[in-house]
This record gives sequence, structure tokens and C-alpha cells, in this order.
Amino acid sequence: MSDALKIFVSRDATALALGADATANEIAGEARRRGIAVDLVRTGSRGMFWLEPLVEVATPAGRVAYGPVSSSDVAALFDAGFTAAAPHALKLGLTEEIPYFKKQERLTFARVGLADPLSVADYIAHGGYRGLQRALSMAGADIVKEVTDSGLRGRGGAAFPTGIKWKTVMDAAGDASIASGAESAQKYIVCNADEGDSGTFSDRMLMEGDPLSLVEGMTIAGIAVGATQGYIYLRSEYPHAHRALEAAIANAYAAGWLGADVHASGKRFDLEVRLGAGAYICGEETSLLDSLEGKRGQVRFKPPLPAIKGLFGRPTVINNVISLASVPIILDKGAAYYRDFGVGRSRGSLPIQLAGNLKHPGLVEKAFGVSLRELLYDYGGGSYSGRPIRAVQVGGPLGAYLPESQFDTVVDYEAFAAVGAMLGHGGIVAFDDSVDMLEQARYAMEFCAVESCGKCTPCRIGSTRGVEVIDRIRDDVEREKNLAVLNDLCNTMRFGSLCALGGLTPDPVVSALKHFSEDFAARA
Amino acid sequence: MAAQPLPLDPPRRRPAAADPAANLAPAVADAVKAAIAANRTRPGALMPVLHAVQDALGYVPSDAVPLIAHELNITRAEVHGVISFYHHFRSAPPGRHVVQICRAEACQSLGARALEAHAKQTLGIDFHETTADGAITLEAVYCLGNCGCGPSVLIGADELHARVTPERFDALMQRAREATS
Repeated sequence: MSDALKIFVSRDATALALGADATANEIAGEARRRGIAVDLVRTGSRGMFWLEPLVEVATPAGRVAYGPVSSSDVAALFDAGFTAAAPHALKLGLTEEIPYFKKQERLTFARVGLADPLSVADYIAHGGYRGLQRALSMAGADIVKEVTDSGLRGRGGAAFPTGIKWKTVMDAAGDASIASGAESAQKYIVCNADEGDSGTFSDRMLMEGDPLSLVEGMTIAGIAVGATQGYIYLRSEYPHAHRALEAAIANAYAAGWLGADVHASGKRFDLEVRLGAGAYICGEETSLLDSLEGKRGQVRFKPPLPAIKGLFGRPTVINNVISLASVPIILDKGAAYYRDFGVGRSRGSLPIQLAGNLKHPGLVEKAFGVSLRELLYDYGGGSYSGRPIRAVQVGGPLGAYLPESQFDTVVDYEAFAAVGAMLGHGGIVAFDDSVDMLEQARYAMEFCAVESCGKCTPCRIGSTRGVEVIDRIRDDVEREKNLAVLNDLCNTMRFGSLCALGGLTPDPVVSALKHFSEDFAARA
Repeated sequence: MAAQPLPLDPPRRRPAAADPAANLAPAVADAVKAAIAANRTRPGALMPVLHAVQDALGYVPSDAVPLIAHELNITRAEVHGVISFYHHFRSAPPGRHVVQICRAEACQSLGARALEAHAKQTLGIDFHETTADGAITLEAVYCLGNCGCGPSVLIGADELHARVTPERFDALMQRAREATS
């Protein structure tokens, strides 16, 4: 097969939803009929969703892209000679010269879309496992220092410095009563892959497109802090990511990169995937741990921190997918390399997800510092509907709505906090001017009511009362009084809730009230 | 006023070592036992067990709760509590196709609210209900990770659809119905 022509088609869930399987099948069938030897490789997505299904042809100059290619376009592409990178209306030129892609700084997503995501050999050929190999030659404390020095902060949304979390777990003695002799107490590495925020899909894309980087990152974490067991807690809404992870883990075991003797180092690291069951709250780390233990996913009181008393009461590193998948490149290229990207206290890069009503939705990995406006218009191409963009929600269902006047805010944790918003997991959802912001505020409360774990009153009861109060405002019942009640209620939820679900649900509500007050006024 | 003595309940008797699988059809009992056997030694086994039961049967029968509780040495309340906490687990059999419509913001910005109303109206059911012909169970889902190309719909275990207009939804439903008729 080595001289067969290589053609790449994504197997990413969004590409599949846009017909990538049918396109790939048609390419294979058409090649057979025409007697052309083709090596069809299914990859992750390059992240340019408006061009999916994207078909790439290997040429000496690099990969040449065609897209979006529906199955009915395939015969014409063969007729035009696309296997020799010939011109065609769908031809886009070299993939990596497409401005949307070229202008990115792909660190964590460097491999996504390049190769077969499940193949350990392909992973290594593209620079994989260099970070772990270096880590295996280092002391745990030095690995932790490297991660701390990189400036990496939790990419799940809370932005807590990853290295500090790791150090706490490394230093934790564990439960002395279960430690016998030289054997230290069990510690765990848990990956939070419960990516429930609307507008976010970078975890999913990475797990489907480069799952071994997550496996490698978790293994490095285990070696660093002395944990021998890892769990990936994956949401059940991601069946494609589930399959990719299971296959990648099995392949890593088979190749000796997981198990009792990781790459002949004498060190153990075991890893398995556990499925959630459709509960947004399980993205909150303590709920997630309870769920992993086989319980209702209810929030725990903190302290104790999971780093001290986490899964099954043992010291536990719990990090987001992107945080863990960023570790291999930090160990491979060094803390300084990663830290040199970014601005202020936000170091490195963020895989930003352009979602909602945008012409060019997709994944844009950029060093911190790019502005929202640049993302919405230069990358996103403006709205999909062609109408003006009126509001943007950043950071998921608990993130604030930003009006046009705040579009110059730059992607930086502190810059977003300064305007009362939250960068979160980097999801950006655009709405055109047909949006009704009162309805969006009502939905924020409704979502909180559906997903509340029920442990604390402000969240459990407040969210339901919030829906009722907003309904009364909409129906013009004692408007001024109810607006005052809504503000009061938001304060109670913000300061009285146990976790971020109840505590941040007021953010989209209050920001909608503040920036789009006309939608809360009496209607004709 | 003199207090009336409270009427006493008749003495309760615990059924002597009742078979916890007594209320299950043999095929169902076998599926539940297989799910337990495959997962019982895993730490935090309950979630994997419930997933395995639902994957095998399409739902977690209420009558399976005593058996799961007995085998995992936890209370029936704990098992019931977990099943009822998570949106994914169902206690009744679904229709032939489970259709999940994303309700979250990114899909809303592309017309999911209208799609949701259309689906309910044309199917004649609300969320969590099944059409009279048993073909389709409609569910709400909060994000399928297809936020760039909504509205998103998931049919069955892994058939994801992007940019679903009301017309496209009707065609998908018709195809689903034909697939099993």
C-alpha cells in the first residue's frame, strides 16, 4: 500500500453529521471502479466545519483540500482528476495555507486531522510520546515544576494553575492507614471529559482526533504524582469519542505504553473510560467524583479538596481534557516554549470553539490575546444567517452574554473577568438580531432547574423561582417589582450556592438584563 | 381530650430470603445478571452495571432494582436514587427509535426552538414520550458537541445529524419509521 495514493477524510462527529461517511464510501467505491489504488485514511477534523466533509489528497507539496465534498460530488472530482490535485470548483488549495488554519497557533491540536488517531505508530511518527519519554527520565517533582513553569491553567473553565494542583497531590501522603510499608497509598488521575457546555466541542474533537495525547498526558500526570490508576469520565452524549478512546487505550496497552511497566520503565499506569449518564452537574469536579464512585452526582463541600481527599477518599488530580492533552507538548518542548505564547497571566494557547450562528464555525487554537471581534468576523466570517450579530455567549450556559460594545475584549482570563464575563472552556456562541434575550435569560434559569443536583437550596429552588419571575416580567405582571425580585434572587443564587451551577446561572441572566434591557421592557 | 391510642400496623414480616430476581422474566434476569457479572468487581460498579443493563435491554426495569441492589450489596434506595438522578437512564422501554433534539444555546441560535416545537407538534408528543405507533421516543438533550452546525439531532446510539431543518427532521422521521416497518 505504500505507493497507493493517500486520501484523508475526517471521522469527527461533526464531519459525520455532515455526511463524511457517505463521502468516504463513495471515494473508496469510485476508486475501485476506476482501478485507482487509494489508501483512505480516516482522521480527526481540521476544525473548519463549513468545509466538511473535507477531503485531502497527499501531494509532494503537502495536502491539497477539497470541500465541502458531498457523496454526489465524488464522481465529478475523479473526472476532474482530483487524485492528481487537479483544479475543481471545490478545490481549496493546500490545507495548511487556508488562512483560517494558517493563522492559528496549534499546540495542543497540532496532530488533530493529520493521521489515523488510533494508531500508536502514527502518533509516534508525528511527535507523540516524546513528552512521556522525557518525563520517565525525570523526578516527579521536576515534572510538576515543568508544568507549573509553563503557566498552564485549567482549561475546563476554572483556570486554576495545573502544576499547583499536581504538587498538592504529589505531596499528599494519602491515607496512612492503607499504606503498608514501602507501598504508598493509592492516588488517582481523573480526566474530566464531561464537556457539557453548549458551544464547546474541543474536548470531543481532541478525544476523537488525537486521543493518545490525552492518554499520554494522563500517564505523565500519573508518573509525576505517583498515581497508578487513571479514569476518563466521559459524557454519554459522546459515543464517537467513547469508541475512539477505548480503541486508543487498547492500542496503547498493546504497544506497552500503559500497564504494569510503562515503556519498560518499571512504572505502572492503568487507564479506563467511565461513562456519565446525562447530568450536566457531573462536569463539576466533586459531583464527577461521586458519580465515578457509583453515586448520584451531587456536589461535595470543599474543603477537603479533591487533591487531598478525592476519588474514594484518596488524593486525586482532576483535570480537563485539554489541560491534560497540553502536557505532552510542555514536557516535550519545555515549559518556556509553551509559556512564550499568550499574554499576562494567561500563558500558552486556547483551543477556541466558534459555535452558533456563524458562517465559519470551527476550532481555532490561538495564543491568548486574540480579540473576540477578530474571532467572530475574521475567523467566524460573521453570522450564518447574514443578519447582524447581536449577542455572544462565552463560556457555556453559565457564561455572560456580551453585547457588540464588548467585542474588543481579548481572550485572556483576566480581561474577561474585568467585563463581568468568563472565558470558561473557550466556547463562543453567536446570536443574530432575531434573538430574544428575555427568552435566553429564562432558558438559563430553566437549564439550571433541569440540571441542579438538588443539594443546596438557592440553586434547586432559586432556578425554578427564576423561571416564574421571568415569566411574570414577560407577561407584564408588576414589572418593576418583579425585576427587583429577579435581581435579589440572582444575588442569593450567586452568593448562596454551593457550586458554580447555582453560583453562575445569574451571569447570563444579569448580563442580559444589563446589556439588553429593551428585551425586558413592556411589549406592544 | 384523651389521646386515642394509635392503631398499630400489623407486624411486618421480612420475606425470608426472597429471590431478588423473582419478578423478572428469565431473559431479562439473565441480561441483568450478565451486566452485573461483567462489572461487579470494578470500583464504583453501579454506573457501569446500569449502562450495561440499559445497553442490553433499552431500559433499566424497576423490577431489576432489587437484584442489582442485592448483588452489589447496596440498598434498593441507593440504586433507585442513582437511576432517577441521571437523565440517561430510563425505567420504561423506549420506542423503536430514540430521537434526541439538542435544546442548548448554540443550537437555539440556529433555530432549535422552532425545531423543537415542530417535532412535538408533528409527532404529537412531548419530550420523554413515545408516539402511539411505538416508533419514536422524543428526548431533550443538552449539547451533543455539534455546536458549530446545529440544530443537532441524535437518532439511536450514534447517528448524529447537523443543520436539521423542520423539513429535514420530517424526512429523518419518515426514514426511521420505514426502517422498521
